[in-house]
Amino acid sequence: MPPGTPSGSGAPSHSPGASSKSWTVKLRERGVAALPPDKLLPDGQPTYVASWIYVFGVAAIASLIVIVGSGCILALKGPAWWHETGVGHFFNSIHLWSVELFFAAMVVHLWGKYWMAAWRGGRARVWVTGAVTFLVAIPCALTGYVSQQNFDAQWISTQAKDAMNSVGVGAFFNLTNFGQMYSYHILLLPIAVVLLVSLHVLLVRRHGVVPPFELQDKLAGATPPGQAPSGGQQ
Amino acid sequence: MSIWRTELESRTPPWRGPYAPYDLIKELCIAVGAIALLAVLLTVLLSSPDDPPSTIAQWSRQLPGDFAATAAKELNGTSDTAEYGPPYNHSSGSVQHFLILHPQRWLGVSHPIDTAEDYVVKPLETIPNDPALSAALVEYKAASTTQKKEWTEAYAKPLEEYATAVEEKKTPPSTVTVNTSTGTVTVKTSGAGPVPTMMASLQSLAQSGGLEGGLVSSRQFFQTDYTKPLLFIADGGLLEERAEGQHLLGDQWGLMNETGSYPGQPWLWLYALWYQVEPIKSSPNGDIQVLLIMSLLSLLFICIPFLPVINRIPRWIPIYKLIWREHYRSQGG
Repeated sequence: MPPGTPSGSGAPSHSPGASSKSWTVKLRERGVAALPPDKLLPDGQPTYVASWIYVFGVAAIASLIVIVGSGCILALKGPAWWHETGVGHFFNSIHLWSVELFFAAMVVHLWGKYWMAAWRGGRARVWVTGAVTFLVAIPCALTGYVSQQNFDAQWISTQAKDAMNSVGVGAFFNLTNFGQMYSYHILLLPIAVVLLVSLHVLLVRRHGVVPPFELQDKLAGATPPGQAPSGGQQ
Repeated sequence: MSIWRTELESRTPPWRGPYAPYDLIKELCIAVGAIALLAVLLTVLLSSPDDPPSTIAQWSRQLPGDFAATAAKELNGTSDTAEYGPPYNHSSGSVQHFLILHPQRWLGVSHPIDTAEDYVVKPLETIPNDPALSAALVEYKAASTTQKKEWTEAYAKPLEEYATAVEEKKTPPSTVTVNTSTGTVTVKTSGAGPVPTMMASLQSLAQSGGLEGGLVSSRQFFQTDYTKPLLFIADGGLLEERAEGQHLLGDQWGLMNETGSYPGQPWLWLYALWYQVEPIKSSPNGDIQVLLIMSLLSLLFICIPFLPVINRIPRWIPIYKLIWREHYRSQGG
């Protein structure tokens, strides 16, 4: 592409020096091609997207937002606050119940997606990112339980350490080390969960919501193997 | 290859059928509001558990006999922690393996704990102005390993008999006197050398609250690693006693529970299930077996789209007709 000409995204390049060799231009072009604005933030859904099962995916994301919000408030005041004040205990309870709701919503969402075989039509990565999110959320919650600085934390950490030690993980992931567990719980693992959920949602937007079996089969049969479909959602 | 084409075809064109209006951001905002409201409702109705932690001071006061027996085992090198193995020491009591896999041993000792030194000798060295204790420590440290073993065993054996009798609800041996009101433990034994003096001082230090502080801040002012005091207190009976009353033991599916009647971590049910099943339940390698089974199942869970039969089941059992019943109703079938 000659310098200064509009990029493939349709957005004009502001720099006469920008070229197809620019990493920034390449990233922008690929990003916009994969997820044009109307696909990223759609104002319509296929008519088959009509079931209560779809509520659980968004409920899981909403729970995660409440978890992160209540977690941020707890982090602002430090780990001792919730033991000492009623307000702190209130936010800890919000944090706990939103975690329970998060997992409950995720489990129903996953079962729903299994029975819909939602990996069809090139959506395997959507399933994989969802499944990995569920698995990463487990240590994220466990590190919270052992960071509580109460009897539960004492008991869970001293019991669960044997499982970690048995596979060698205990050598670098020490459940009885409050400082390490707290870091994992409020920074490292939440970042992993949020990134995975973001990737999962972007992949859903990229591929669209999986259609019922016969519609998907009709779509798959309509495209000869090896021929790329036209991009974008209608 | 029809399975790949129909189930995993990556070139399926986008939906070209009818669309219904949809407001993604509005839906998300409503969902966040609803979940926040639900969480507040559950908070108001049920709150959350926060049972205070047990301290070594409480343990040594409430169960002085158990504390003394545990401390004697730490000194004698026969406690669970002393005999654990990696990552705490080079013993082998809790080292697990599966066939040729020995990851616990391969990763080595990353959090070294010398129970005699860390739990008894070093804390005692912090006590000032106690000539009898100082003399006992000098005598103990100057003795040979064999001599130390003889002394600690002479002291620990009656306490072990006492602990067994208490556990089995039998009459305790007359060699051990436990005064629960003063929290003192007297062991009538000969041949224990300086050990009774040392253990009496350790009991006093623990009851004053000085021991846990010494275990946590032995190296620096700020500390966040509670490995040593947690393992010490877990070697005793107090945590287990509390846990049993709160349905937290392994055979009570304790892995997924928490104090009170709170849901705990129900998502760990499958981990907890294996611990209830023979031969894992009674295997000395139960933990590594459970973790390996769960790792394999997790991998299969991630790979469901690629598993030949598993990925066809949703086609064969038409639960999807319930899920998309609006769609099928509109299609007239």
